[in-house]
Amino acid sequence: MTEQKNPCCTGSNPGFTELGAYIDALKIDPNDPERKEMLIMTLHKAQSIFGYLPAEVQQFVAKKFSIPHAAVSGVISFYNYFTTTPKGKTNISICMGTACYVNGSDKILQDFEKALGIKSGQVTADGRFSIESLRCVGACGLAPVVLINDHVYGKVKQGQAEKIIEEYLIEYGEPVEVE
Amino acid sequence: MTTRIKNFEQLKQKYEEYKSLVEVRADLDYDGDQKFILVCGGTGCVSSKSLQIVENFQNLIKEHGLENKVRASISGCFGFCEKGPIVKVFPENVFYVQVTPNDAKEIFEKHIMNDQVVDRLLYVEPVSQKSMHDSLEMPFYRRQMRVALRHCGLIDPEIIEEYIGVGGYQSLAKVITQMTPEEAIEIMKQSGLGGRGGAGFSTGRKWEFGRMYQSDRKFVICNADEGDPGAFMDRSIMEGDAHTVVEGMAIAAYCIGANQGYVYIRAEYPLAVKRLQIAIDEARELGLLGKNILGTDFSFDVDIRLGAGAFVCGEETALIQSIQGNRGEPTTKPPFPAEKGLWQQPTVVNNVETLANVPVIFDKGPEWFANIGTEKSKGTKVFALAGKVNNVGLVEVPMGTTLRQLIFEIGGGVRDNRKFKAAQSGGPSGGLIPEQFLDTPIDYQSLGQIGSMMGSGGMIVMSDTDCMVNIARFYVEFIVDESCGRCVPCRVGTKRMLEILTDITKGKGTLEMLDELQSLAETIKDTALCGLGQTAPNPVLSSLRYFMDEYKAHVVEKRCPAGVCTELLHYEINPEKCIGCTACARACPVSCISGAPKQAHVIDQEKCIKCGNCLQKCRFGAVIRK
Repeated sequence: MTEQKNPCCTGSNPGFTELGAYIDALKIDPNDPERKEMLIMTLHKAQSIFGYLPAEVQQFVAKKFSIPHAAVSGVISFYNYFTTTPKGKTNISICMGTACYVNGSDKILQDFEKALGIKSGQVTADGRFSIESLRCVGACGLAPVVLINDHVYGKVKQGQAEKIIEEYLIEYGEPVEVE
Repeated sequence: MTTRIKNFEQLKQKYEEYKSLVEVRADLDYDGDQKFILVCGGTGCVSSKSLQIVENFQNLIKEHGLENKVRASISGCFGFCEKGPIVKVFPENVFYVQVTPNDAKEIFEKHIMNDQVVDRLLYVEPVSQKSMHDSLEMPFYRRQMRVALRHCGLIDPEIIEEYIGVGGYQSLAKVITQMTPEEAIEIMKQSGLGGRGGAGFSTGRKWEFGRMYQSDRKFVICNADEGDPGAFMDRSIMEGDAHTVVEGMAIAAYCIGANQGYVYIRAEYPLAVKRLQIAIDEARELGLLGKNILGTDFSFDVDIRLGAGAFVCGEETALIQSIQGNRGEPTTKPPFPAEKGLWQQPTVVNNVETLANVPVIFDKGPEWFANIGTEKSKGTKVFALAGKVNNVGLVEVPMGTTLRQLIFEIGGGVRDNRKFKAAQSGGPSGGLIPEQFLDTPIDYQSLGQIGSMMGSGGMIVMSDTDCMVNIARFYVEFIVDESCGRCVPCRVGTKRMLEILTDITKGKGTLEMLDELQSLAETIKDTALCGLGQTAPNPVLSSLRYFMDEYKAHVVEKRCPAGVCTELLHYEINPEKCIGCTACARACPVSCISGAPKQAHVIDQEKCIKCGNCLQKCRFGAVIRK
C-alpha cells in the first residue's frame, strides 16, 4: 500500500480549528475517568469535517481527550461507519439489507461495479467515484435501494447503473471542492 | 417565546388550547370548515420527494390566500410504504397513493377547492379492483391495531404543541404528581408489557430491578440501535412520534430513580436523529425535561448518542460499552445492567417500541392493555413487512395474529403471484418459518417453539424464487461481518459455518458437511457469550430443519431448485426459438456463444461463466436457465 497523500492534514487546515472548537466546548477534564463518553460523537464530527479519519486526525483527537492514540484507532476500526480512507466525491452505496438482498441488490452492486470498473470498497483512480455496500437504510419499501451521497434511488432494476449515475450528476452535479 | 409549563394544571390548559390544532385530523366527527393535508415524511416517502409535495401544497395555499382554512404539513410514516408517497386529506380522510410533486396542483384544485376526490390517485384494491377513499376500508389497515404507532401519520412530529394537543405528556404528569414509583411499576407489571427488542422480558420487572439497586446515579437508556437488516419499526416511531419515546423514558426514569437518559441511535437514521433532537429541545424548553419537571422534585434530562454501524451494539452490554466510548464488545451477564450498567451504575435499557407503549398504558390503564393480545404476550407488535410481499410497509397487529393474516391479508400475499416459501422473523437472529406454520399465532412463545423468535419485528417474506441455503449463507455472512470477535464460538464458529455454506452453494458440498453444519450450529448456540452469537445459528438450524430437501438437492444433485446459486446453474439456447439475432453473442463477456447470424446459437458450457447476460438480452425467450 502506498501512503495516501492527505490534503486535509497539511499545515493549518481550517478543519482542525473547527474540530478543536467542538472538542474544547466539551470541556474535557483529563483526569475524569468518564471523559471518553463523547469520543464517538467527536469522531462523527471529525468524519463529517474531513470525510474520513486519517492518522493525523486520530492523533489530534487522542491528544485533546488525553487518551492514547490506540484507544482512538481501536474504536475507529471496530465501527463500520468510520473509515480511514477517503471516499470518492460521489459515493455510491448499495443497500445489502435483507429486503434489498432478496430483491436482487447483489446484482445491482455488480452492475455499478461494472459501470465504474471498481469493486465495492474502492475508489476510482481519479477520486471521483467510490462504491460501498451498506446494511439497511430502512427504506425497505423501495427495495432494492441505492444511495448516491445522500440521495436515495429506490426500486432500482438491473441495467440502470449508468443511467442513475448520469441522472444524479445532472440533477445534483459533482460536489464542489471546499477550499 | 414559549414559557415553561409549571404544573399539571397548566399542562391540561395547554391541552385544551392545542386540541384544535389536531382536531381536523383526530376528531372523526369534525364538522368545521378547515382542511388539512398531511404528507408522509418517513424515510421512504422523503426519498420519493414527499418534502417537495408539501412545499407545493404550501405554495398553493399561499397563492390562493387560504392560510386560515387549509394547512399542509408532514407527518410520521403511514406505514404503507409500498404505495408511497402518501397524502391524506382531512376531515374527509381520503388516502392518496403514489403522489408526485406535480399531482399536488390537481389535488388542491379538485379536492381542496371543489371537494372533488381525485379518483386516479386513490388506492385500488387489487382483488376487487375497487378504488378506496378511506384507509380504514383497505385490507392493509383493516386488521391493524395501532398502539405504538398511534400518532404516526396523525401529528407533525416536529411540533410539540401537536403532541400536547393529542394528550401528550399527561401520562408523565399523572405518574410524577400522583403516583409513587412503586405504584407506577406495579401498573407496568399489571399491563404485561414485554420488551419489544425481541426477548419479551417484563418491562415492569426490569424497572423493579432498576429501582431495587441503590445508587445516587442511575440511567435510562433507549435502545434505538435498530441493526436488524430489513427492520424499520423503531425508525418510524422516532421519525413519526419522537415525543412518545421521550415521555416513556421520563416515566421509566421516575420509576427507577434516574436523572439522566440516553438515546443510543444508529447514525444511519439521520432523519430520526434530527426529529428526536427537536423533540428533546422542545420538551426541555417547556420544562417537560430538565430540573423540577412540572413543579415536582423530579429532574431528568436526555441526550443523544450516535452509534457507528455495529450490529452487536443492539446487545445491551455492548451498547453500554459503546456509550462509554469503547469498542462495542459485550460483557458477561450477570451482573446485569440493572445492577451495574453505564459507568457501573444501575441502568435500565429499553427498546424504542417498548417505551412508545408506556404512555398509553398510563393513559388507558393496564387492564385495557392487558386485554389486547394472548394470554402470555400482551399488547400489539409492530412488524416491518418486507421482501417478496405485495404490501411492503409497517404494520401493527395484536399479539396472537397469525402469520397468514399478517402476510396474506394485510400484506396482500406474495409478489408476482409466486408461491410462498418462508418468512424470516427476527432478522439474522431468527429462523425461517415454512408454509406449514402459517397459522401459528405470533407471540413470543409460539415463535420460539418453531425455532424462530419474535426479534425486534423484521418480517421478510420469501418466495419459491429464493434459495434457502443461500439465505442462510446471507445471514451467516452478516454475522461474520458483525461478530465483535470477543468469544471463540462466534468469531471462529460462524466463519466455519460460512465456509461450509459457501461450499454448498458452489456445488462443493458433501453429506458429511450437513452433519458438521448441524453440530457446529448447536455448539455455537450453547456456548457463545452474548445474544448475538447464541442466536446466530438460528437461520442455519431452521433451514436445515425445514428445508433439508433443498440442502440435499445442492449437495447430492448439485442443483439449486430456486435457480439462485450461480455456479449450480447452466444456460442453454433453445434452437427452436432462437432466430439468430446475435444479441446474446454480443453480450457475452467471454465470447462463448457461437453461431452464424440467422442461425440457432450454441453456448459453450466449458467457457460459460454463468453471468446471465444472454438471458437478459434475449428477446425471444430462447435462452433457458436450468
